[in-house]
Amino acid sequence: MKMLLDDSKLIYIQIADAILDDILKGSLKEDEQVYSTNQFAKLYGINPATAAKGINLLVEEGILYKKRGIGMFVAAGAKSMIINKRRKQFVEEYIFKLMNEAKKLNITKEELINLINKYERGEKR
Amino acid sequence: MTYIIECEDISKSFGKTNALVDINIKIQENKIYGLLGRNGAGKSTLLNIIDAQMFPTTGEVRVFGETPFENKKVLENICLVKESGMFLKDLKVKDAIYLASLFYPNWDTGFAERLLDEFELDKNKLYKNLSLGMKSQLSIIVGLSGRSPLTIFDEPYIGLDAPGRQFFYDILMEDYMNNPRTIILSTHLIDEISNMLEEIIILHKGKVKIEGNADEIRNKAFYISGDKMQVENFIKFKKVLHEECMGENMLAVIYDSLYEKEKAEIYSSDLNISSIPMQQLFIYLTGGKMVKRGVINE
Repeated sequence: MKMLLDDSKLIYIQIADAILDDILKGSLKEDEQVYSTNQFAKLYGINPATAAKGINLLVEEGILYKKRGIGMFVAAGAKSMIINKRRKQFVEEYIFKLMNEAKKLNITKEELINLINKYERGEKR
Repeated sequence: MTYIIECEDISKSFGKTNALVDINIKIQENKIYGLLGRNGAGKSTLLNIIDAQMFPTTGEVRVFGETPFENKKVLENICLVKESGMFLKDLKVKDAIYLASLFYPNWDTGFAERLLDEFELDKNKLYKNLSLGMKSQLSIIVGLSGRSPLTIFDEPYIGLDAPGRQFFYDILMEDYMNNPRTIILSTHLIDEISNMLEEIIILHKGKVKIEGNADEIRNKAFYISGDKMQVENFIKFKKVLHEECMGENMLAVIYDSLYEKEKAEIYSSDLNISSIPMQQLFIYLTGGKMVKRGVINE
């Protein structure tokens, strides 16, 4: 089976994101071993060098660490590092887009907060 | 860095036709290369020169550091799999495979047997009675089982149907990971193979249009879209392959490095940015008529 890739994003970034998601969801825990480059290559049908690029990106960021001759592992504190990073991205990617779209639709800040509250209560509109 | 192939200023003319013009490329060891080009771009000519089946008009080629011409040591380590003309017509499949096993020093008989089984190819059929797809299968079996340090596939998979090609890609990747070697895939079916490639060479009208690491190439190719003024402002100093306008909206195809700062700028603006699939980039680079401005000199 092949995992699906998104044409609009760089492949090695998608590999890195997949690992980050697994750590966030808790399916990959601290000090647990990550898939090897060859396993990723097989899973996604990509060149092992591309998979390695994604993994190395996370090693550089301190989210993964290497045990010589064994493989890559999740670093201690990886999850909180990811949460911090994603929170910054959340503002840039989601809040910005949300506010922008709201502006186009003439939705005020108060209405927006109201909508979020309603959404949380399970009301559609 | 170990180079398996070095081409220096290679040109090849057939009468008045210049099939190749000043080709300078270096192929590194144990990587998968994609040699991409439109029909008649010169892919097969280049591969035939590398395999010493054709002399260049000018220039020099070295394979494993030596000239390949009449050089047994070099040639027994190259396997060039072509679309046709590899086998004698009156041979049975099993005899063709036996003959091939004598050519290639690293031949893996067990692997050849496994592939024959998986492709369900009848060993006792005569080559001339095989269908186009079966001929492709036989070529692929020879190419993979040869385990040559330099293995070149010159579109032999063109005769296979989609599931057959997928099986070839899967088995090729599996075998590459188990037995790393230098592989060149020549094709115009770019969508299907682009993710498998580590390095890319795009030939266009006998010249190298682009070469380099596949991820680095992907990391330069973007669609930028949004408000016309904003897009125009952003692409002012970028290499633009293509642009389209519709009313106040604009889509630009750029092939250029983007700084992190510029990407952040896009994310916090109304502009949209998206990677370009390799096949689409190939079309923009070689489509000719679509390219309005921007010259790539790489």
